[in-house]
Amino acid sequence: MSTNASAPKLAAPVDILDQRTGVATFIKAFARKVFPDHWSFLLGEIALFSFIILLLTGTFLTLFFVPSSDLVTYTGPLAAMNGVEMSRAFASTLHLSFEVTGGLLMRQIHHWAALIFMAAIVTHMMRVFFTGAFRKPREINWVIGFTLMILGLAAGFSGYSLPDDVLSGNGLRITDGVVKSIPIIGSYLSYFIFGGEFPGTHIIPRLFTVHILLVPGLILALVGLHLFLVVLHKHTQYPGGGRTERNVVGYPIFPVYMAKQAGYFLIIFGVLALMGATLTINPVWNYGPYDPSPVSAGAQPDWYMLFLEGALRLTPGFLEVVIGGFTLSLNVLIPAVVVPGILFTTLALYPFVESWATGDKREHHLADRPRNAPVRTATGVSVLTAFMVLILAGSNDLIATHFHMSINAITWTFRILLFVLPVVTFMVTKRIALGLQRKDRELVLHGHESGKIVRFDTGEYIEVHQPLDEQERWIRVQHDPRRPIPLLPEHNERGVRRRGYRRDALRTRVSEFFYADRVEPVTPAEVAAAQAHGEHDALPAAGHAMAELTASKDGSSAG
Amino acid sequence: MSDESTEVGLPAEQHDLPHRFENPGLPPHHERLTDTDPRAAKRAERLIAALFGLSALGTIGAVAAFFVVPPEQTVASIRLSTLLLGLGLAVAFGAAGIAAIHWSKTLMNDREMVEERHPQASSAAAREQAAQVIADGVSDSGLSRRGALKGAMVTALALAPLGFAVPLIGGVGGDWNISKFRHTMWKKGTKLAHDPSGRTIKAADLTIGSAVHVIPDGLNDVPDMLEEKAKAMVLLIRLDPRTLKEAPDRKDWSYEGIVAYSKVCTHVGCPVALYEQRTHHLLCPCHQSTFDIADGAKVVFGPAKRPLPQLPITVDAEGYLVAQSDFHEPVGPSFWERLK
Amino acid sequence: MKAIAARRHHKLAPVVLLALALLVTGVLYAAFTPSTAQAASAPTENDLTAGSNLFRANCSTCHGVNAEGRAGAGPSLIGVGAAAVDFQVSTGRMPLMNQGAQAPAKPPIFTEEQIRQMAAWVASLGPGPAIPAPEAVDPSKGDAASGMELFRTNCAMCHGAVGQGGALTEGKFAPNLSTASPTTIYEAMVTGPQSMPVFNDGTVTPQEKRDIIAYLDAQKQGSPGGATLGSIGPVAEGMWAWIAGLGLLIGAAVWIGAKSS
Repeated sequence: MSTNASAPKLAAPVDILDQRTGVATFIKAFARKVFPDHWSFLLGEIALFSFIILLLTGTFLTLFFVPSSDLVTYTGPLAAMNGVEMSRAFASTLHLSFEVTGGLLMRQIHHWAALIFMAAIVTHMMRVFFTGAFRKPREINWVIGFTLMILGLAAGFSGYSLPDDVLSGNGLRITDGVVKSIPIIGSYLSYFIFGGEFPGTHIIPRLFTVHILLVPGLILALVGLHLFLVVLHKHTQYPGGGRTERNVVGYPIFPVYMAKQAGYFLIIFGVLALMGATLTINPVWNYGPYDPSPVSAGAQPDWYMLFLEGALRLTPGFLEVVIGGFTLSLNVLIPAVVVPGILFTTLALYPFVESWATGDKREHHLADRPRNAPVRTATGVSVLTAFMVLILAGSNDLIATHFHMSINAITWTFRILLFVLPVVTFMVTKRIALGLQRKDRELVLHGHESGKIVRFDTGEYIEVHQPLDEQERWIRVQHDPRRPIPLLPEHNERGVRRRGYRRDALRTRVSEFFYADRVEPVTPAEVAAAQAHGEHDALPAAGHAMAELTASKDGSSAG
Repeated sequence: MSDESTEVGLPAEQHDLPHRFENPGLPPHHERLTDTDPRAAKRAERLIAALFGLSALGTIGAVAAFFVVPPEQTVASIRLSTLLLGLGLAVAFGAAGIAAIHWSKTLMNDREMVEERHPQASSAAAREQAAQVIADGVSDSGLSRRGALKGAMVTALALAPLGFAVPLIGGVGGDWNISKFRHTMWKKGTKLAHDPSGRTIKAADLTIGSAVHVIPDGLNDVPDMLEEKAKAMVLLIRLDPRTLKEAPDRKDWSYEGIVAYSKVCTHVGCPVALYEQRTHHLLCPCHQSTFDIADGAKVVFGPAKRPLPQLPITVDAEGYLVAQSDFHEPVGPSFWERLK
Repeated sequence: MKAIAARRHHKLAPVVLLALALLVTGVLYAAFTPSTAQAASAPTENDLTAGSNLFRANCSTCHGVNAEGRAGAGPSLIGVGAAAVDFQVSTGRMPLMNQGAQAPAKPPIFTEEQIRQMAAWVASLGPGPAIPAPEAVDPSKGDAASGMELFRTNCAMCHGAVGQGGALTEGKFAPNLSTASPTTIYEAMVTGPQSMPVFNDGTVTPQEKRDIIAYLDAQKQGSPGGATLGSIGPVAEGMWAWIAGLGLLIGAAVWIGAKSS
């Protein structure tokens, strides 16, 4: 075969490169690697590609932006800004927006890309969470992704404040207030950040360094690691015929996946260009150059910081206490430091918590269907609900004006909903997930309703059920049943108390919380039993007993 | 409980069924229209080519817009320039992207491929060898035998970052003099002036229901203007003296119903400025802390705990409003050593 | 002096004197008229009567027959001036339809003539701010940049950065100013309607008021960046990013992931 004259040869550039680097081995191994195809696997790509667009447009902006707090008098096309004294940072933002052709477009694409970047990161995290794609061996990559989200927040916040306008300046002022509330070191931390008293002249250049060097550098490095691990682990895939824990089914990188990736990058750039061309974002000329005195109604941060704003708005003031002459501002610390601290720590550690609770140390490459992990799904929905309530609370003044309601009533409503709604959504989601699993069982055991009614000789009417084909059935029965870890007795056979019993007991309780309520996948025996009763009507025996058995445990340990 | 359910109530002959279902294998491959119908493939090809052509036109449009419609000195021209350039880019990128994806979906092979996975962990032999290599290295270095060396190394390495961190941390905080939080520009006799113009204010200029944003006279000439303004800004309000409730020790802090309060919120420092003259309530637009100006600026709603600090004012011989002194407490958000 | 004295009895003297007097009056008027002076000609006796009748028929239930106010119903209007009447009635805020957190703007139910008559009658009860003259509210005579600085210090915390409106406590709100006429804006500043503080000519000078009007007028040109999204800031931007932006991109992803037929 190798002597076949028609066998393709390496193209000249590849040949030259290969003789110096051995790249052909890499191409051979890599070019036909298989990636599974599913829309939800592209959410991470939205984040990745908007990051690339952020780098491109950001580079454009740095060529015209001057990160300086020196005061200048601006002259330019906008009447409302003409002759106004402002920092060079703000003046250069106006200059690049109004007098550099394409400057405003790039600024708007940059800011829209930042919002989409964070939105895509959150959506991508949701996908990974709800499908259990964080399980072994991907826990490290989950932590890397989590770190990327935090870095994204840092990038967004530092960039948002750069134009030195009133809106972002008040955001910095709030940051200063939050930092000062930190016990013991707060005042010094404020000086550390601002180089002296707020606002000072150091913060803009400092944020600039953070925004264009430190944070993007770290993001780039971690994105590289993130993608390396994706390739190393090979992508997860959804369950289906022929898809197992030991294989990956999909399309080769070259050419299909490459074409799709390149195409998707271009589409994302196109959509962001469309948004940048038509929708005003962060019109700093409306807010004016920073001055500590003014503030405008509708003072909010970009959406990804809105939950902190909402938490600050909801927390009542009586929590500020004085202990031994020292002031402890719990009314600020709890919403701005403790709540996000708990939220982020839980998020980062979740894979380890779940694997500890399940005792599951196997590798997982098949994604879970969210219904098959009811407690995980419910936990995710519950946390998202709390996040959503906080976002809405951060917009309470806009809700008040747009729906003609009292801002005080809205604030009180959200104070209550923040505690009630996550519990409600947890329970409802868990019930829905279990219900969907029962529906799956029902379908597998009895097939689709065909709508055909048949009358027997005996006068009995029944509806004919169409059994599932094996592909349909497989999706509904492929998952492993998960059960709580049984607790070994406290005393061993010689009556001696076991070491580690209390830890095991806790673990069993957590495990029960996860898996006590469950619906098990249908087994071949159950289908056989169901069919033995006639294809149409298989309720008694196994199926029914099953439903009762699982139902009997519902509620007993739901909390 | 349900663990045994697979055994419950089943006839004996069904016990020899497999415990779980078998994976049925890949579903059969369905040919696309473009695989079976050469005319459909040709149509797809033409569409893809047209989309690439459209993309090129978009680029031409964007470049043309750059030269033909630059932003001029008007809002409308800036908007038009941004719009045309952006639409050009959107068409150029969007159409090319759609073309590439349509190409991959209709003309490239859509037979799924299967690749085997291997466990992430190395083989047992490799793990053993790695453990041996590490053990050899550790013993070669003598780390386990020479305890003193280990202690010395850890100490040196733990201390080393200090040489970098101390100058860095020492330098970034300016003079680290946090007592500046406690004082503002106000002192006895400082005239109250309009923000931002700096015009001084006579008591007679204010009618009941007036709210004036105030800075200390001379603020615009100090070198660290923004830092001073961030602490010294004040809201001056004239109320009907009959509605004013004043603490006994503050009776002489106001002048004929005119009161001055710090504009820096005691929550996290936003400028509190939404004054409702009918209810005498002052609302912070950032987090909705609400203060009652008629009653010592006490908190009536929201996340702030403390009232706004009051600036004692009076009038001078010419009728100008002046401060009696600085604030009697630090302005703005709480901090740990505020009361010390 | 004799020459003048001699001509004092010239038959044209009264005419010349009259002309001179008119000229002096005109010049003095032009020089000394405050910009807040009544633009329309002085009200006639008929106007006052008509205004009084309109007031008694439509406003006295709450404000009292002689506008002295009624406890728990409506404030005294003595001394509020013509500007207050013109503001409240021409924007439809008065007469109040029903008790709520605050009186909302709605289509006015009186004609301009009727409003002028009521304003004249209320103004006759005690001195107060008058309806501004057209040049006092002419945006082209104001400086938008100065207006921007004044607006954001004095107005933006309630009305938003470009006057899009904002929330106050207990269901009250600062209205959107994009459709408010320059005269209405001026009148609101000098009278301080409802929750709004008063910005008299000592606080914000007439020239500064015109600057503010010029700034708000400049907002009518729209945003250089395209659609304004209501100018309400990052919350609207976030919603567009999620719904339009991410929505479109996920739509594209679904198309990419779907099998071709």
